[in-house]
Amino acid sequence: MIAAPVVSVRDLRVYYGTLSGTVRAVDSVSLEIGAGEVLGLVGESGCGKSTLGRGILGLLPEGAASDGEVLFGDRNLVGMSDRELRKFRGPDLGLIFQEPMTRLNPLMRIEQHFAETLKQHEPGLKDKEIRRRSLETLGKMGIPPTRFNQYPHEFSGGMRQRIMIALALVLRPKLLIADEPTTSLDVIVEAQILSILADLRRNFGTALLLITHNLGIVAEACDRVAVMYAGQIVEEGNARDVFGEPAHPYTRELLRSTISLDTTELHSIPGAPPNLIEPPTGCRFHPRCPDAMQVCPARFPPEEVLEGRRRVSCWLHTPDERAGPIDRHPLEREELALAEEA
Amino acid sequence: MAVTSPSETSTQPRRTRMGGVRRAFAPVSEARGMTRTMLWLGAGITLAFALIALLAPVISPYDFDTFEANGKRFPQLAAPSREHLMGTNVQSTDVLSRVIWGTQTELKVVIISLIISIGVGVPLGLFSGYFGGKLDRVLVLIMDALLVFPFLLLAIVIAFLLADKVGQGIFTAAIAITVVYIPLYFRVVRNHTISIREEPFVEAARALGARPLTIIRKYVFFNVVQNVPPLATLNAADAILTLAALGFLGYGIQPTEGAEWGYDVNRAVSDASTGIWWTGLFPGLAIVLLVVGLTLLGEGLSETINPVLRKRPVAPVDLEASHPLKVEDE
Amino acid sequence: MEVAEPAADDVLVAIRNLKTYYGLRGSFRQRLIGQEAGSVRAVDDVTLDIRRGEVLGLVGESGSGKTTLGRTLLGLVPATEGSVRFEGEEITGMSERELRRLRRRMQIVFQDPHASLNPAMTIEQSVGHPLEIHGVAKGVSRRRRVAEALETVGLAPAEQFIDKYPSDLSGGQKQRAVIARAIILNPVLLVADEPVSMLDMSVRAKILQLMLNLKHEFGFTYLYITHDLATAKFFCDRIAILYLGRIVEMGPSKAIYEDPKHPYTKALLRAIPEPDPRRSVPRDLPRGEVPDAARPPLGCSFHPRCPVAFEVCGWESRDLRDLLEARWAGMPEEAYEAEQAVLGDLTRLDVSSTSFRLETSAGRSSSDIATLLERIREDDPEEPFWRGVREIRVSDGQVEVELNEPYAPRLLPMSAVQVECNLYDEEALARVEAPTIPGR
Repeated sequence: MIAAPVVSVRDLRVYYGTLSGTVRAVDSVSLEIGAGEVLGLVGESGCGKSTLGRGILGLLPEGAASDGEVLFGDRNLVGMSDRELRKFRGPDLGLIFQEPMTRLNPLMRIEQHFAETLKQHEPGLKDKEIRRRSLETLGKMGIPPTRFNQYPHEFSGGMRQRIMIALALVLRPKLLIADEPTTSLDVIVEAQILSILADLRRNFGTALLLITHNLGIVAEACDRVAVMYAGQIVEEGNARDVFGEPAHPYTRELLRSTISLDTTELHSIPGAPPNLIEPPTGCRFHPRCPDAMQVCPARFPPEEVLEGRRRVSCWLHTPDERAGPIDRHPLEREELALAEEA
Repeated sequence: MAVTSPSETSTQPRRTRMGGVRRAFAPVSEARGMTRTMLWLGAGITLAFALIALLAPVISPYDFDTFEANGKRFPQLAAPSREHLMGTNVQSTDVLSRVIWGTQTELKVVIISLIISIGVGVPLGLFSGYFGGKLDRVLVLIMDALLVFPFLLLAIVIAFLLADKVGQGIFTAAIAITVVYIPLYFRVVRNHTISIREEPFVEAARALGARPLTIIRKYVFFNVVQNVPPLATLNAADAILTLAALGFLGYGIQPTEGAEWGYDVNRAVSDASTGIWWTGLFPGLAIVLLVVGLTLLGEGLSETINPVLRKRPVAPVDLEASHPLKVEDE
Repeated sequence: MEVAEPAADDVLVAIRNLKTYYGLRGSFRQRLIGQEAGSVRAVDDVTLDIRRGEVLGLVGESGSGKTTLGRTLLGLVPATEGSVRFEGEEITGMSERELRRLRRRMQIVFQDPHASLNPAMTIEQSVGHPLEIHGVAKGVSRRRRVAEALETVGLAPAEQFIDKYPSDLSGGQKQRAVIARAIILNPVLLVADEPVSMLDMSVRAKILQLMLNLKHEFGFTYLYITHDLATAKFFCDRIAILYLGRIVEMGPSKAIYEDPKHPYTKALLRAIPEPDPRRSVPRDLPRGEVPDAARPPLGCSFHPRCPVAFEVCGWESRDLRDLLEARWAGMPEEAYEAEQAVLGDLTRLDVSSTSFRLETSAGRSSSDIATLLERIREDDPEEPFWRGVREIRVSDGQVEVELNEPYAPRLLPMSAVQVECNLYDEEALARVEAPTIPGR
């Protein structure tokens, strides 16, 4: 689809086993991220977006198995040994997390953090060069050189997150995966960090996969957005188009239930997100979908490509020629037991 | 709106009252791997000894100080034979009997000691941790001071002091051991209480207007009590060793009060130079086995309840059978 | 205060000049010597009323004191100074026992649904505990009232939840249980501290709707504490915006959102992410972050970040240090090191003082220093700091910089709202001959 994607995920599945059954955290996901592009991955808690983000890097939970392809360059990262993956993590693929304090070593100064990272991945670098590159990257994040030898606890939350981002970017990765990077920050600081992330392509040429549950920041900071539900991507496309005219009912309902400054009425989606051990049959959103049809629980909707490079998995958008004879009558179901309400 | 009928209601709550305790120990059933092995092995050994202690009057061939039967005096220092499976010692008493009765002695002392230590250490820890302030500072000072002393030395001193007043019986030995372990429970419970005290649900209880005693009882205790069993079992293991050491040094149970392994080992030291091995080996083995059993159980519990690495129990994953797009049903 | 006092029986809670300070644990050496380590002014002179039946929002970021204010109101944290009157009774200084009586009438819903319920108690035991504490009901009748409360909050049929443990419930269900526990004694005032911020988007609306329904059905008065202006706008009648322990703007919800006055309020509104793809990330955000509450800025606490701060807003030496650090963050190393060599050790700027000196040494003369300062000013003439400089005196061994006297802003009425900002204070403006205020 995209001319030269930085990473191409095809039919990725990540399952892990628990005592109650196999959790299908990521269940056949395909997406591509172009160079310098910002892709937002949005979904509610438990939809598998964090597992997907880490799965791309091969950081799987204990006892997990994965299948499919994550093509980086011409290598498939799925199934690679940890030792080989480590060569990619850092110089090619960066990851930043939600809580920066827990990821920075409180006993090491900032300059030591950078020295360690750079020495590990670019062993030939001289100290002077290490310092120059570190200060330059930190400078772009707004961290002054006078604080280069301070300890993490001497910085505020927002500054620590900038340091984390700088640590990831100093290696000039092609792709940065940010998992809820601003969730624990105040709203003004969040906006500051977002503008840094949105400028990544301009300053560093890095592509960004921004994982979050906050639709607002995706709309403002991302070029494209993928909406995830119950381990699968239900809609993907240009941020402007998806938010302006959502194709999938879940996207639409999610937007409606988001409370913004313009909200005059409260909307919510009845029911609760399904558990990933025994997801509903057919289209997984059908128990909660206001537009569900008879075919929806019976068969899994195929992916349709709409104009403007939009992908959506929903029977509503599958034309008859492709679908064949399907029952489009509205689905009748008993009132969702109130007990299933979240 | 549906409301439960009175008869239904009355049965429900009773079932759940112990639920709190049960849930605190739920991880035990989920233990896997080496932890599980340790748990079951340790529990097995400990249980075996407990049974021996309980059934001592039944299974022991003779009393602990019997030196004759049917008018005939037992041979002195006789090697293991059919009549005396573990031989006899210098006083012509049956070693096997002494080992079996010794089990009872050991466990009696340890249990009394545990009850007192826990009974004093845990509440003190709860109050000290919850209320803080001067009481806390004073108690911490005292307890830390006690912890600084080497256990054995302290136990000897106390046994020595009490020997004059109370005599050298089971109770004395128990108290000597107890004092030494109270600080352990105090410290663990206090520290955990302090961290639980800051939890939102405790603050919520305060906001509801609950009295401190209620909060400690209902909100703190159940969340803290899970620390006690692992500590208690390891404590028991250590106590056995301390008791045996006391007995070895002559400050333990008087030989007339009961059989004690440490005392026996002490008597057996002189036997060893003459090639008599059974008087020392069997009591010694008993000590080792019981301590190992308790330690395994304690470490197993400790791993389960406060694991070093909190691992989620994993189960096998089957990727093949379940690709969503391949499961097309009509 | 020049705001008309509402009728006495209208006001449920009257807070006057409330201060809640936390003492800091100093360093080891300080504690050894017995030296005071300073205090954090979590709530710094707050005056407001909560009227019966209204929803008052306390909005602020971290360090604003909103959470501490809520807890002081409930007596969970002792007030340092000031007065809080609940239904006419003075709460500050009450003992735990006296407060316990009042706890029936005011309750709190916490932020983290996963942590507010005792994991060792069933839902019945948790939700029914207030009934037991206050001796209202026991046994069978307690169970019946718990079932009623559960149904009221939407956990129906109650039997399905009443004997479960918190770990069996989802986040939204837990929060409903917490609400049930808070309302079971029919309180008059409900303090909700970020009740929905840890829930998913689709669940937030449900819980907020529940709270609204409860308000209509039972007539609760709410104090809604949050950092989320969007939910506050929807939910609240009046809003108070807090920054570093003080109210900076307060008034009817509509007025605040349609015509925000304080620069901080404006910044907050701009920064809220909106799921509107026509918007992009706002660029003109205030710089920096909420300062350390243990060492608040002089004058107006917001001045270091305020784009329109002017002469008297409280300039101090620390502001110069921040300015320099921001400037050096983007510079190539040689240039930064050259400038730092001229200015010397910056740690002496790390105090809150309105006059300071930069001393010369070998290799740098006072004219070097003065020239550098001038160049920095020319590079960014819009920088508000320079408006605060009264005089720069160059002498042989040093350069002395004198800044204007700070004027602490006061909370004053301004049409429909109250604002605490020098821009709206005639007295502050009068102290400057020609204040540099954009747009004036």
